[in-house]
Amino acid sequence: MSKLLKHLTLIVLLGTALGGCSSFELKPWVSPYERNHLADPIMSFSRDPIALAYLHHVYQAREGARGAEGGSGGGCGCN
Amino acid sequence: MLKVVPEVDVVATRRARWSVAVLTILIGGAGYAAVLPEDRADAMYHSYDGGGLEVTGPSYLIRKGFKDKVSAWSNYYVDSISSASIDVVTTASPYNEQRDEVSAGLDYLHGKTFMGLSFTNSEESDYTANAVRFGISQDFFGDLTTLGVSYARGWDTVRNNSDATFEEDIDRQSYRVDLSQIITRNMVMSLNYEGITDEGYLNNPYRSVRYADQSSDLGYSYQPEVYPRTKTSSAFAMRGRYFLPYRAALSGEVRYYTDTWDVDAYNIEVGYTHPLWERWVIELRYRYYDQSAAEFYSDLFPRQDYQNFLARDKELASFSSHTLGAGITYQFGTGLMPFFKRGEASLFADYLQFDYDDFRDLRDAGAAVGDEPLYEFNSTVLRAYISLWY
Repeated sequence: MSKLLKHLTLIVLLGTALGGCSSFELKPWVSPYERNHLADPIMSFSRDPIALAYLHHVYQAREGARGAEGGSGGGCGCN
Repeated sequence: MLKVVPEVDVVATRRARWSVAVLTILIGGAGYAAVLPEDRADAMYHSYDGGGLEVTGPSYLIRKGFKDKVSAWSNYYVDSISSASIDVVTTASPYNEQRDEVSAGLDYLHGKTFMGLSFTNSEESDYTANAVRFGISQDFFGDLTTLGVSYARGWDTVRNNSDATFEEDIDRQSYRVDLSQIITRNMVMSLNYEGITDEGYLNNPYRSVRYADQSSDLGYSYQPEVYPRTKTSSAFAMRGRYFLPYRAALSGEVRYYTDTWDVDAYNIEVGYTHPLWERWVIELRYRYYDQSAAEFYSDLFPRQDYQNFLARDKELASFSSHTLGAGITYQFGTGLMPFFKRGEASLFADYLQFDYDDFRDLRDAGAAVGDEPLYEFNSTVLRAYISLWY
């Protein structure tokens, strides 16, 4: 459990540091009209949710590792 | 030729490791924009064949949005399992099993905030798993950054087909943080963390460990495995996708895993997605995975009750694996279907090779005890599906 707490603390500190960066008035460097490549379906992390979920299932069944798999927003079937 | 192992206290059916908890299957990281997913319906046939294990079945997904605010989805999934795997042929009898999984969820979008609530139930003859997940994600910084957090709770019940009085529980919790960041107009990255805690009966009630036993004809005997009743794991992942100038995408992934059973693992993956002509998309990927053994794992313990915790589950052994995958998708338009906007038909095949460092193949009856050949096997995974958007 202490291992988990250490990792969570690290994440919170990282988040705080990132939040602090906003005071430098860093501006978004990619405008909405420049995102046509990013909006292309081939750039999606999870184009086909049930096919991806199945692959995660196979790996979880065969491997000791679990968690932080690539995924999709809000559960299954997402963007 | 299969050996008979009379000492083993097992029965004709054995819960496969395929019966994993549904907790993490639910999990979704945020995409790189808080938008509601499109309405769609998917039907997939999946097949796994390797190491004496065959698993096939369908998976169906339907998703429908309402007023651009809410999107509801449901998934029905089946695993039909036929197992004569290395564990089964050396310590029990082949068996057949079916697992049915039903999931449903509701997503809600309010401004730049996306919320998702989902539930999953998985049932088989000797294992029940339920899980609930709630997640929230928010776009920041001109929508270049999406931060998501989610929490899941799972309740599993473990039973034993040979003992009607046996029933044990597992409580699971998962905490997940997902950060995605648009790096350039051609590149996006994501960072993911997930911590999972399990508490309860984490053994497989049918599984045994082997120990050296001079009084046995084989030179070894078996006793039931004993696992700790708690486990906490952390996994970190970094992923990226890059849009190439000629409309193709490169992808990469690095993931590191560690847990309180001393299993450390990592995987790296690279992929390439390439549209062909107007309607076809091909994908290629390679993945390498490596893990160390659990602290209380051994292929052969020196004697019975050698230590308080005992495992000979090959998924807790030290091993590495390679995956080579290829897929093709055909996109079809509206002309054929009045009700649907568009559709896709896809076929993906993956070849997996597993090489174990300290799990031995006991089917070789001629080998000296503890000097049997190391186990290795390969698997083929197929996914064939149709997706329709409406």
